[in-house]
Amino acid sequence: MIKRMNRPVWFLIPYWTLFFVFVVVPVLAAIVLSFTYFNSIQIPTFIGIKNYIQLITTDVVFMQNVLPNTLKFALIVGPVGYTLSFMLAWMLAHIPPRPRTILAIIFYSPSLTAGVAMAAMWRVIFSGDANGYLNALLLNFNLIVEPIQWLQEPQYLLTIMIVVSLWSSIGVGFLAMLAGILNIDKTLYEAAYIDGIRNRFQEIIYVTIPSMKPQMIFGAVMAVVGSFQAGYIGVALSGTNPTPDNAGQLIVNHIEDFGFARYMMGYAASISVVLLVLVYFISKVTWSVLGERD
Amino acid sequence: MKKKKKINKFFGQKINPERFNKTQLPFFFILVPFSVLMLLPIIFIVNQAFKPQSELFAYPPRFFVSQPTFDNFVELLRVISASGVPFSRYLFNSLVVTIIGVFLAILFTSLAAYALSKMKFKGKKLLFELNTIALMFVPIAVQIPRYIIVAQSGLIDSYAAHILPVITMPVAMFLVKQFVDQIPNDYIEAAKIDGASEMQIFIHIIIPIIKPALATVGILAFQMIWNDTSTSTLFINDESKRALAFFLSTLTGSANTVAGQGIAAAASLILFLPNLILFIILQRKVMSTMAYSGLK
Repeated sequence: MIKRMNRPVWFLIPYWTLFFVFVVVPVLAAIVLSFTYFNSIQIPTFIGIKNYIQLITTDVVFMQNVLPNTLKFALIVGPVGYTLSFMLAWMLAHIPPRPRTILAIIFYSPSLTAGVAMAAMWRVIFSGDANGYLNALLLNFNLIVEPIQWLQEPQYLLTIMIVVSLWSSIGVGFLAMLAGILNIDKTLYEAAYIDGIRNRFQEIIYVTIPSMKPQMIFGAVMAVVGSFQAGYIGVALSGTNPTPDNAGQLIVNHIEDFGFARYMMGYAASISVVLLVLVYFISKVTWSVLGERD
Repeated sequence: MKKKKKINKFFGQKINPERFNKTQLPFFFILVPFSVLMLLPIIFIVNQAFKPQSELFAYPPRFFVSQPTFDNFVELLRVISASGVPFSRYLFNSLVVTIIGVFLAILFTSLAAYALSKMKFKGKKLLFELNTIALMFVPIAVQIPRYIIVAQSGLIDSYAAHILPVITMPVAMFLVKQFVDQIPNDYIEAAKIDGASEMQIFIHIIIPIIKPALATVGILAFQMIWNDTSTSTLFINDESKRALAFFLSTLTGSANTVAGQGIAAAASLILFLPNLILFIILQRKVMSTMAYSGLK
């Protein structure tokens, strides 16, 4: 049997069947459903672009909270996490292998924690009473007079979500960039210094980044996708969906809220489509910006 | 003269040094404190997990445990068995699902990656392009259609519902394909002349070479499946078929009471440690795969 397996089909079928069933079909289904009214019991009825109109014109929560929150969250977590990953990788590349490995494992380990389980820990740290670790610390140094409800007060929730997400943002992209830097041909540096590069900053701009551009792009795409994907965190921290005053509401939570709590599946699908388009568009822009400077 | 000095300075702090020298100190001064900062939450869970009740209740709260006990782990087991489904059942479910899932992810991904890299067929470019677009795909956005598909295909309450939706990982497929690209075609041609089939070549020549990439797929799949709570939430109604991560997250979700904190920490630690241990074992292989991770 194995001796006669020569056709590509043998190799392609398993992966691509699952790919079509669980990636392509759901995306197409989401697009189709987004043009329907569907309450998960009756058969979907076609209603044109009504869902999208409703999303833009009458969904106050979406336009005033969800979209701004998501953009703010992603535009901070994405770029900051990405820059941090690059800088850590670059510094790690300058120290010997053994300490480098140990430190790389430490930096990567937060992204190994299961988000939901970890949220319980954050809730203890940011707990609203005087027993919360952050409150106790601040009270101890007389920085605050009375405990703050970190996770229930709208003004703090999004910031805490950003901090927590940044903590676990050193992921696959970081590993890719570290490997990229380590594999740069050393003679390139020598040549560059002979050609008149003067300092470390120029070295990064003219040698390091151009030589590892493919890894930089990979890391950037991972950062964009990761920052839009993180949705559970606000709900897990505050313990409610919607989050208090919708302060930590992200697109992902909005989809869940409408799809699984209110059974407005068609409407939820239109939000999904918006999210997919948004991530695709921002990834592509990032990609072309990074890929251009040749 | 001046130029020579510059070059010497450069050689003193080159990338990827073999041993320590003084010029590396500034990097250590930044990296080490930062790593401590990153580790704090993890050190916190470890301490929290081993604190006795009295220390969990203590005011002001103390970061480090002073009299470590296994009380929280014992209590965790007690709470779980009180729920009607024994701990071993959740653990068994998670182990079965994770082991089968990781194996299938490695097999399916590497088969497809080999075909896309080394075989000739129509639509090859299109498929790779599709996979690259899927790198930007956000699975959580299509939960609803996925739920409908799983429900329609009768997979609700089956182990397959834990596995099949999550093992297609475009990132993993991309990494393995890039890795296979590095293998010289001569190896394959030579084997073909000896009469080997594509599948024999894949099994006997390709697999041994791409082991690091397979380890990487394995660890990505492991993290994905072991930590996953969404398949248990969406696709499983039968409590005895749910995964450990899901159950522990329901415990930690209700951990507002101080007494619950210890259990939550113990649960988090149980979930986290296998990820960490596996990564430490496989990190060298992961790094060598990542060298080929570039997007152009």
